Amino acid sequence: MSKTDLLIVGAGPAGMTAAITARRYGIGVLVVDDQTAPGGQIWRSVETQAASERGDILGRTYQDGKATTDAFRASGAHYEPRTQLWQVEPGYRAFVSHDGKARTIEAKAIILATGAQERPAPFPGWTLPGVLTVGAAQVLLKTAGQIPAKPVWVAGCGPLPLLYIVQLLNAGGQIAGYLDTTPAGNHWAALQYLPRALRGAGALLKGLAWKAILRHRRVPVIRHVVELEAHGSDRIESLSYRTADGREETVSADHLLVHEGVVPNVHVPLGLGCAVEWRDQQDCYVPVLDPWGETSKAGIFVAGDGAGIAGAKAAQCRGALAAHRLAVQLGYADEQNMLKDASCVQKSLARELALRPFLDTLFRPRSRIFSPTDDTVICRCEEVTAGEIRAMAQIGGCGPNQIKAFTRAGMGPCQGRQCGYTVTRILAELENCPASEIGFYRVRPPLKPVTLGELATLDQEGEVV
Amino acid sequence: MFRKLHEPAEAVTVYVEGKPVVAEPGENLAAVLLRQEAIWSRPTPVKGSRRAPYCMIGVCFDCLARVDGVASVQTCMMPVRDGMTVEHQQRRRCLPS
Ligand SMILES: Cc1cc2nc3c(=O)[nH]c(=O)nc-3n(C[C@H](O)[C@@H](O)[C@H](O)COP(=O)(O)OP(=O)(O)OC[C@H]3O[C@@H](n4cnc5c(N)ncnc54)[C@H](O)[C@@H]3O)c2cc1C
Ligand code: FES
Repeated sequence: MSKTDLLIVGAGPAGMTAAITARRYGIGVLVVDDQTAPGGQIWRSVETQAASERGDILGRTYQDGKATTDAFRASGAHYEPRTQLWQVEPGYRAFVSHDGKARTIEAKAIILATGAQERPAPFPGWTLPGVLTVGAAQVLLKTAGQIPAKPVWVAGCGPLPLLYIVQLLNAGGQIAGYLDTTPAGNHWAALQYLPRALRGAGALLKGLAWKAILRHRRVPVIRHVVELEAHGSDRIESLSYRTADGREETVSADHLLVHEGVVPNVHVPLGLGCAVEWRDQQDCYVPVLDPWGETSKAGIFVAGDGAGIAGAKAAQCRGALAAHRLAVQLGYADEQNMLKDASCVQKSLARELALRPFLDTLFRPRSRIFSPTDDTVICRCEEVTAGEIRAMAQIGGCGPNQIKAFTRAGMGPCQGRQCGYTVTRILAELENCPASEIGFYRVRPPLKPVTLGELATLDQEGEVV
Repeated sequence: MFRKLHEPAEAVTVYVEGKPVVAEPGENLAAVLLRQEAIWSRPTPVKGSRRAPYCMIGVCFDCLARVDGVASVQTCMMPVRDGMTVEHQQRRRCLPS
């Protein structure tokens, strides 16, 4: 067992900035992260790649991350890579695993900075080998310097597909085509939020620049794609799409990369019993937080994209704010001085958040992913289809937990990370009610599968489990 | 198939289904599997359909394999080591409750 004032889970932009800020107050900090190096998703492998050719391919925003990883390394925070959190008991006692060995950490306060995951977006054939998420392909570029060997299809909506296409072209890769699934009405709907968003014009200009590069490099773009299907027996061989105006086509495909936005990683707060609420604008649950990021459980904070999607800059602001607040709570600072230091961070956060209504409306995903066809597998682990969920729901008028018990959807190792939202949305559609009334699977620890061997190692540290 | 943009300056050997394969220190095992000419995939325990790494951040569990004899390892979270062995697994992942 080890002891610390503050345990931070996740070493992405939010977790690192929280650690740097907390250390400035002299708070004892332990950071655990399940990756091999600090950086989180946006800055994966940045320490080794920022100054390399790969860094140039990935671009300035990526390379800039090195300044934060450097400051984090120099902050005096204890950092344990490849260490995963899977349970927290009141008090707080956190259970983590590293290389198949479990141990406990006692902490006065915890900041969960576990980030986001790509939104599950089921369509027929999304489980076939050769279909990956755009984020997955980008992780492969950042961490292994590898790209699809043949021209690749990209399908989806949001800034990440555009960013990855630009990065892939920089790397000498080829795009077979971009199937843009952004719904036709989104641009008009988003316009009302544009004036507010102009406060963060830099991000908007970047988006325009990416689109210009796609045009310049003659990337085939098919707009308003409403239906997507991947075909093949043991791997993807072809794909079909249909556009809003009824154009249908089937083309051969070696790889297909898909992306429909990101959603907060809510499993950790849910597993800890923190209150969450439905955020309609982002089609996801977010933890209920005070302005500093404290959850409904005193001493447990959420910072970064796990608090609601707002991007890396906002993640850093939220990490800093949580640490400022904890400096007062843990007795390292008085409130007056802290508020002075925190006010410019609050202003920066407000600037970042002002962009969100525009971006969220512009990139609101197509409705089909929330209401997949009956033959679509929605639970990848247990291979349960949307039709099976609907059939069961119609018999019983039941909620997500009964659906889980009856169909096994959500019972596999991913614990509902890939099907939870789809089940909620299918039930909401059948009941004709908002998703907020349906709820989400009950999430119980362990938050990631833990083996009996791992549990046995806890005894060796003299703990009663 | 994916390809590397560069020739690794250093290399280790991992054994994919017994076949020696070049890997680069620091990368994860799933990246190596995705570079195999014949697409690497595993059969699911439920219906036996094929799966390969999908999310690369540890949230889909489609990259599970038996690594150095240990079943159900998430290869996207596992850095390569010289001499590592990777095999397909058929067994269902068990969760102690
Ligand atoms: C695959 C992917 C790629 C992305 N790429 C980009 C990009 O290129 N550019 C961009 O602007 N935005 C990108 N994003 C959006 C991203 O959310 C960023 O805004 C930013 O990385 C968020 O920072 P964060 O600190 O909140 O979380 P993250 O950067 O996600 O950091 C969270 C960290 O916590 C770790 N973690 C999670 N759960 C646990 C646990 N139980 N135990 C221990 N550690 C844990 C994660 O491995 C990760 O290292 C990406 C998102 C995803 C999902
Ligand atoms: S590829 Fe999704 S968990 Fe490894």
